[in-house]
Amino acid sequence: MKSLIQKLVETPSPSGYEAQIREVIRSEVAPFADEVRVDALGNLIVRKGQVGPGGSKIMLAAHMDEIGIMATHVDENGFVRFMPIGGVRPHTCMGGRVRFLNGTLGVIGMERQDDQNKVPTFEQLFIDVGAGTRAACPVRIGDVAAFERPFTDLGDRLVSKAMDDRIGAAVIIEVLRALNVSPHQLFFVFSVQEEVGLRGATTAAFGVDPDLGLAVDVTGTGDTPKGRKMEVGLGKGPAIKVRDSGMLADPRVVDWMVKTAEKDRIPYQLEILEGGTTDARALQLTRAGVPTGCLSIPTRYIHSPSEMVAYGDVQNAVRMLVELLSRPVQL
Amino acid sequence: MTDLLPFLKKLISAPGLAGFETPVRNLIQEAWSPLTDELSVSRLGSLHGLRRGTAPEPRPSILITAHMDAIGLMVKGITDDFLRITPIGGVDPRVLPGQLVTVHGREDLPGVVVQPPAHLLPTFSQDETIPIEYLLVDTGLPSARLKRLVRVGDLVSFAQAPLETAGETLVGHTLDNRASVAVLTGCLDHLANRPHAWDVWAAATVQEEETLGGAMTSAFQLHPALAVAVDVTFAASPGSPSHKTYPLGKGPTLGWGPNVHPALFKAFKELAERLEIPYSVEAMPRHSGTDAFAMQVTAEGIPSMVVGIPLRYMHTPVEMVSMKDIERASRLLAEFTASLEVDFIEKITWED
Amino acid sequence: MTSAKQEYQTLRIGAGQIKVLERLCNACAVSGDEGEVRKIVLEQVRPYAEEVKVDALGNVLVTRHGQGKDTLRVMLAAHMDEVGLMLIQDEGEGIFRFDTVGGLDARQLAGKPVWVGREHVPGVIGAKPIHLTQPDEIKKTIPLDTLRIDVGPGSNKVKVGDRATFATSFTRLGPSLIAKALDDRLGVATLIELVKNAPSNIELLAVFTVQEEIGSRGARVAAFAFDPDLAIVLESTPANDLPTWEEEDGEPVENAHYNSRLGDGPAIYLADAATISDPRLVRHLVETAETFDIPYQFRQPGSGGTDAGAIHRQRAGIPSVSVSVPGRYHHTPAAVARLSDWQNTLALVHAALTRLSPLIFKD
Repeated sequence: MKSLIQKLVETPSPSGYEAQIREVIRSEVAPFADEVRVDALGNLIVRKGQVGPGGSKIMLAAHMDEIGIMATHVDENGFVRFMPIGGVRPHTCMGGRVRFLNGTLGVIGMERQDDQNKVPTFEQLFIDVGAGTRAACPVRIGDVAAFERPFTDLGDRLVSKAMDDRIGAAVIIEVLRALNVSPHQLFFVFSVQEEVGLRGATTAAFGVDPDLGLAVDVTGTGDTPKGRKMEVGLGKGPAIKVRDSGMLADPRVVDWMVKTAEKDRIPYQLEILEGGTTDARALQLTRAGVPTGCLSIPTRYIHSPSEMVAYGDVQNAVRMLVELLSRPVQL
Repeated sequence: MTDLLPFLKKLISAPGLAGFETPVRNLIQEAWSPLTDELSVSRLGSLHGLRRGTAPEPRPSILITAHMDAIGLMVKGITDDFLRITPIGGVDPRVLPGQLVTVHGREDLPGVVVQPPAHLLPTFSQDETIPIEYLLVDTGLPSARLKRLVRVGDLVSFAQAPLETAGETLVGHTLDNRASVAVLTGCLDHLANRPHAWDVWAAATVQEEETLGGAMTSAFQLHPALAVAVDVTFAASPGSPSHKTYPLGKGPTLGWGPNVHPALFKAFKELAERLEIPYSVEAMPRHSGTDAFAMQVTAEGIPSMVVGIPLRYMHTPVEMVSMKDIERASRLLAEFTASLEVDFIEKITWED
Repeated sequence: MTSAKQEYQTLRIGAGQIKVLERLCNACAVSGDEGEVRKIVLEQVRPYAEEVKVDALGNVLVTRHGQGKDTLRVMLAAHMDEVGLMLIQDEGEGIFRFDTVGGLDARQLAGKPVWVGREHVPGVIGAKPIHLTQPDEIKKTIPLDTLRIDVGPGSNKVKVGDRATFATSFTRLGPSLIAKALDDRLGVATLIELVKNAPSNIELLAVFTVQEEIGSRGARVAAFAFDPDLAIVLESTPANDLPTWEEEDGEPVENAHYNSRLGDGPAIYLADAATISDPRLVRHLVETAETFDIPYQFRQPGSGGTDAGAIHRQRAGIPSVSVSVPGRYHHTPAAVARLSDWQNTLALVHAALTRLSPLIFKD
């Protein structure tokens, strides 16, 4: 699974420009799917199975977009001004490198400030691609770039940019491969534009119209020095989301997930995330409502170019989902 | 006519935080059962009660909502003998220190919200609010026993008991929005003795305090021709600006603004004047902050209205409402509903 | 792919179109109270449309059928509402407390005349005389809370709940148009022209929306009702192309935050805070502009939003893009736009519609 994760995280595809990652994922899932389609906004929707006795229509969502940047202006000296796509913060930009979708590599520089200790605003940052003039610059207004950092395997810990949410995508791809029997009709949705407001999941869920929804995304941890106060920690198992700042998970779904984890002796944690939400929110509010939950991969340093997960948590997440989806759901 | 006071006191003594409304829904279901033809629960847990109308099919329907969820707290961690908490809905941290609460763990436990001594916290000046993340709940139980009874995700509700205060007013927590549930119940009660042409959907919705998710999904499912949200509004009280508050005990408010269809406002206003029910006009320049905000833009759009019940000290455990206002609002809603003619929708035009 | 350049010949902005724009700009239609503009729109489109409907929120939905089978269903939107004020408390003697509706900088309000209600009752937002103001007070902006609308004592024509707008009358000044509410009466006027001259290769689903300024509420339900194949939103975006304060060698330094520029033609959106434009629609517009030699620019990616933000998220997703006539000083008493930009915007969108086919979505 590690090579799959590496392939996914190293593909540049910020929100709205997911073509590359969509093709990578499509080739991974096509052999296992009954139907693969792409909807109007670019969501990749994979259907597998039929509704059998005790089964339902279940939608799984993992977003395939990542945060990035978009060029807003190229000045007369060839420096590129930019705006963030999704929740990028200036302090993870300084000294960073970005890769534009046309292949151009750039370095993020910073204007000199009166107070050197202040974090700059995005207006005070720029990208240097090595061009001397506007005419010589291969980047134009509207061009999009992802952060550039290679995947690193530290054994049980894996580090890369875009673990949010390529790790979730990897998990549901593995579930698709591993799931042999299921009474359910399953929709594996690789959604677009989550980072800019859950846009893809909103429309995908409307189109699929499921009976039950499960998102797979990252969540934070509370186990780093003077970090946020949160019970979730790396390596203690995938997290069953109780609540985040955008949604309250359906308690019946939470219960079903907890009972399954305990029965099959899969380590798990209960998660409350303050400050952040996922596709699950969009799923829950679709049409006449969908009972929804979320299985989270604990992740340190979210929205930095070096997000860290525990491989054990990832494998347990796959196990948990396979167990959940192999049997009828009793809410 | 059912006396709404004992019912309302029962409602505000039952837990039902946003996302976890089952306990209060059961009480409402019990009360609505004799007043409706059909009762059902939506996929997110809202209660839908239908009274069928007398007009021939296909009949138009009106949806009246009162959200049943409440604000409160949730356990986000256990540190030594104490619970760390996170808010559900808009909880004002300034009213928390010293509040009596109930922790709904494996059993219900009494507790109190405590503000740790200053030297155990980062520096705050005397007049700075201590944010919720620094507050704790103390149940008096030692950590080992606490951990067996309470876990992350358990709910904490205010323990303030209902108080009957002067002038037929009632004090308690969660009158936002159980007072409106009482209004809706009173309306159904009135309708039990009145024929009405339209179908009437009464919905006790979920999650208004967090996502407006109940109203959004119920309106989508039920697809009514008209939608009315009943919610509490700000009553004049010490320190509150006069241009944003309405007198307590002088009748419900009728909403006016982009979230309200002007023809519905007009119909309610004329009816209130005819019935001699006192009311105030509540000007809402932008959004209404109620279920109507979600319902108005559901599917192809629904003409919507907001009826407000003045309430003092909103989102504190000592909210205050006037029972007279609740009874007047029930009557106004029942009369409006009963007087709806089958072709009313054609009459709702954009003037011009 | 470049095709031979052609000259765009068809739709022109003439005296008639300018007159309609003038009536639209002089009408008062604050979000939630769009009746005055709606009336003009209905009068203009009714003679041309196969179907006209006013929905639950007050949107005007207009259909012009295409010819042939399997025509693309194209939604075009322009919003009828403007930012403004609502009277919220009567303090007697003709003085009313008010609140803003939509994004209005409070610094634009003091010392301005306003029109109140359907009858455009004249009123003013006064300010405390400078003689009675302390020196340190002058340094701070006048708090919105202290401003009032004054219609003079003894009026019975004005009440709580009425809306008010800036009292600006439309004028032409050389190549420029000066009026209030160019955002988005320029879009409305353009859409009226497109309805009157709808190309036959598409099913044109035009909506004149309400409540865009307070969250694109109208567009949301209109998109659900129409469920089109794609959507193009007609707006007017800020042109912040003024000189910078900083100078180098005696000249202002480069303005890197101009958003759009007056005179550079229609501004095509790549991304704003609410929408990432569908790249295929952007490409189609650019190709159209290059084929017909119509000047165009890109609106700088950044903050802000249009009705496309609500539209593209409806139902199972609707590919969307926005195009704007640039305008300076939006949401103030007097905005400025260039007639040539308006002409080129109309030309670009019309030409783009005539070149649309279902193949646009074949990758």
